[in-house]
Amino acid sequence: MSLLKMEDVRAYYRTEVYGISRSVRAVDGVSMELHKNEIYGVAGESSCGKTTLIKVISGTVKPPLRIESGSIHYNFGAFQMDMRKIDAEEMRQNVRWKEISYVMQGSMSVLNPVRKIIRSFEDIVGTHQGIPDKKAFQEQMRGHVMKLGLPPDVLNLYPHQLSGGMRQRVAIALATVFNPSLIIADEPTTALDVVVQRGVLHMLKDIQAESANTVLLVTHDLAVHANVADRVGIMYAGRIVEEGPTQVIFQAPRHPYTEHLINSLPMIGDKTVKKSLGGAPPNLADPPSGCRFHPRCPLAMDRCRTETPEMIMLSERHRVACHLVEEGRA
Amino acid sequence: MLTVTRDLLKYDGRFRVAFVFLVIIVIMALLTVVSPYDPKKTFMVPQDLPPSLEHPFGTNSRGQDLFWWMAFAVRNSLMLGIICAIVSRIIAIFVGMVAGYRGGVIDRILMSINDSFVVLPVLPILILLSFLLRGKMSLWMLGVLLGLFGWPWDGRLIRSQVLSLKERAFTRTAVYSGTTPLLITMREHLPFVLPVVFATTINNLLWSIGMEVTLSVLGLSDVTLPTIGTAIYRANQHQALVAGVWWWLGAPILIAVLLFLGLYLLFSSVNEFIDPRTRLRRIGA
Amino acid sequence: MRKFVLNYLIPRILQYFLVIFLGVTITFIIPRLSPVDPVEAQINRVMMSGSQVSPDAVISLREALTEMYGLEGSPLQQYFAFWGRLLRGDLGPSLATFPTPVTTLLARAMPWTFGLLMTSILISWIVGNILGALASYYEKNIPIQIVDVLSQAVRPIPYYIMALLLLVFFAYYWPIFPFSGAYPPGTQPNWSLSFALTVIRHSTLPLLSLVLIGVGGWFIGMKSLTSNIISEDYVVYAENAGLRKNRILSQYIMRNAMLPQITGLALQIGLIFSGALIMEVVFGYPGMGTLTFQAVMANDYSLIMGITLLSIIGVATMVLILDFIYPLFDPRVRHQ
Repeated sequence: MSLLKMEDVRAYYRTEVYGISRSVRAVDGVSMELHKNEIYGVAGESSCGKTTLIKVISGTVKPPLRIESGSIHYNFGAFQMDMRKIDAEEMRQNVRWKEISYVMQGSMSVLNPVRKIIRSFEDIVGTHQGIPDKKAFQEQMRGHVMKLGLPPDVLNLYPHQLSGGMRQRVAIALATVFNPSLIIADEPTTALDVVVQRGVLHMLKDIQAESANTVLLVTHDLAVHANVADRVGIMYAGRIVEEGPTQVIFQAPRHPYTEHLINSLPMIGDKTVKKSLGGAPPNLADPPSGCRFHPRCPLAMDRCRTETPEMIMLSERHRVACHLVEEGRA
Repeated sequence: MLTVTRDLLKYDGRFRVAFVFLVIIVIMALLTVVSPYDPKKTFMVPQDLPPSLEHPFGTNSRGQDLFWWMAFAVRNSLMLGIICAIVSRIIAIFVGMVAGYRGGVIDRILMSINDSFVVLPVLPILILLSFLLRGKMSLWMLGVLLGLFGWPWDGRLIRSQVLSLKERAFTRTAVYSGTTPLLITMREHLPFVLPVVFATTINNLLWSIGMEVTLSVLGLSDVTLPTIGTAIYRANQHQALVAGVWWWLGAPILIAVLLFLGLYLLFSSVNEFIDPRTRLRRIGA
Repeated sequence: MRKFVLNYLIPRILQYFLVIFLGVTITFIIPRLSPVDPVEAQINRVMMSGSQVSPDAVISLREALTEMYGLEGSPLQQYFAFWGRLLRGDLGPSLATFPTPVTTLLARAMPWTFGLLMTSILISWIVGNILGALASYYEKNIPIQIVDVLSQAVRPIPYYIMALLLLVFFAYYWPIFPFSGAYPPGTQPNWSLSFALTVIRHSTLPLLSLVLIGVGGWFIGMKSLTSNIISEDYVVYAENAGLRKNRILSQYIMRNAMLPQITGLALQIGLIFSGALIMEVVFGYPGMGTLTFQAVMANDYSLIMGITLLSIIGVATMVLILDFIYPLFDPRVRHQ
């Protein structure tokens, strides 16, 4: 059952300053579905449009970013929502944090530095639900953070008194206060050391397992996806190039870009020399024509330069956008 | 430089206004070369004439044409500002760079002195100075004195620029590749430091000319010299308002407003242009 | 707690003493550097004023003046004597109103200046900051944009010219406020309500001119600060979490933007103080500014010295107080 259905969404940054106008096509024709009770991973290099995609999905699109076209429909069970039509105030009151919560990149600084952590909890719960009984509320919050493996005293501290890993976990605790239908985590483990990474990832997995909601995990680190995600979508230059169950993506990738990503992962016992892709990620203000990957694709054909490949369903859950696959050449 | 000016002129309203104001001021200052009247002489034209075509700013009770007198005033005030700016820039750059590059104890000492000068209320000290040097205070001396007090703000600013530049990757590359420290400073760092210095120089001009006005109005500078401040002083001395010669006060106030507004608008538009964060803010659909 | 005292309090207290030390030393050195010998200058003025002075009187006058100016002994001895007198609170007698001690004159004028300064700073800082934050966060609001433009126009104008403009408009052309003074000449200061009201009426113009420029300055600073803070992670997070705009503005944005503004206030106290002095001169307000003007007119050297010293100590102390207030608002400094 699908929680979110996006069709052909385009979101561009339009800038005009001191006479120079640019249009950065960060999300350029993305169609995807998020199911209930799954962990979906979005993978891709820096500046491939992942963060913009998240902004679109979480409804935090602000100028100079604009959704140019496409549809975004949510089905929260109790009610439906059209992202492009919903009124901002209704979104704020009913959807934000109650149905969709967003743990940003760099959770080091998402907490207000001059107030105690409990106040952030108060603000969020107070705005959406109200706090009739302060004592009961505090007990509830202590229980909540303890369940997530945090010491309850953390609530009375200031953010700068906590380590980076703890702040990340507090951010996740805040994000799950209302048990939302969709938790979006943007690079939740970057800038953390491996041990803490593991803790955070386990936390996310446990939360998802217990509440059976959807987690959208965005990171360039494929190892994270391998550990946690049920399905993975590979993004390149504003488009999804391949999407499928984690096992399939890692063991039998079809798109040349995905193949390259998987092959570049170091494995214990594997002593082959890793080759890097030539070139650099494309400039989204002036992307290549046709298939955007063609300048760097070792198997590019003439057709790839001129025609944008459409998504082909390889199986019920696996799809890819590549002319080579379509013509049976890869 | 010229492309920057052209861009700013085209896209920033404030810059346009500032440009117009300042061009007027500079033209006035330059006109002094062809002035038909010597500002030190009095009673050359009929007294107390209101503004007219022949005397655009009118004349004062001492028989001087105000327009030409103000032209000299503008020139002198500008010169004063420039002298102060040069002196204080030199000190600020020196202090800022030494503190930034050396770090450690020298940094702490320099910054403590720097902060002390920031806190010190300059006006009472200047009043004391001017009081003692009454009559002997020339424009140059005042400029240098103001420069000696006007550096601390920028000293700290330059120091923080240097500190952030030191950590940047390109600095380390330069060091590893064997470039001498002096060359690093001159070639790599100065282009970053200079725009900041330019922006603060404008601020400094505002401050120094403002101080001059304040001191002159109290009668503490060389009152025979035409400056914007002494113009007001003279007008007050001759009870201009009471005598109905309002243009004697009006002219310097008008010029002062043009000059200060022009400088300030220039400062904010240039500052916004330079600072990448504010530049980003202007990007908006 | 100990870290806080060590890392924060002690350096600032030391800095305080350094400022006073530097300021007092400068005040000491300046007169001794000038080519003008104050004693001779004073004697010349006395002689030129036409009064008959016998040669003996001149000699004793010279001795008295030398002693009063603290010019006896070597420069180092003078320096220590200077400090000694300062610490004892002895600033010498005023020359123009001999033998009234300088300290008496200062004590009379200081409360007026202090009151004007404190009131104007409080009002302009609070109002300016609130308006600035509002202007940045609620960008489409027209009245606030007007305030923005006005602030930018007003801020660079020197205090003197602003005072003059206000004086001309409100006391001359449209006389709703009195021309000068803090109370009509002849009234005796007392603690009655009617006196207080008169004071308020007379103080409005000087206060207004200080506040207008002040608000402009804080407004611009706060607006730019707020614009930067709006893109900070914790604000974006709060917005994503669906918090109300008002709440975000007050608890997340302003609480954080306030901190650099407190520091800014500390840095600008010297300038604001100088501005207040000028305001007083224009409006004839009986504070330290007018006292300075009178001292200059009357060549009252010791009074000017006293004013300079008091200004330095006063401003430095205000900065120290602000340094003590800052940790109350920033927990990162309190708990290290």
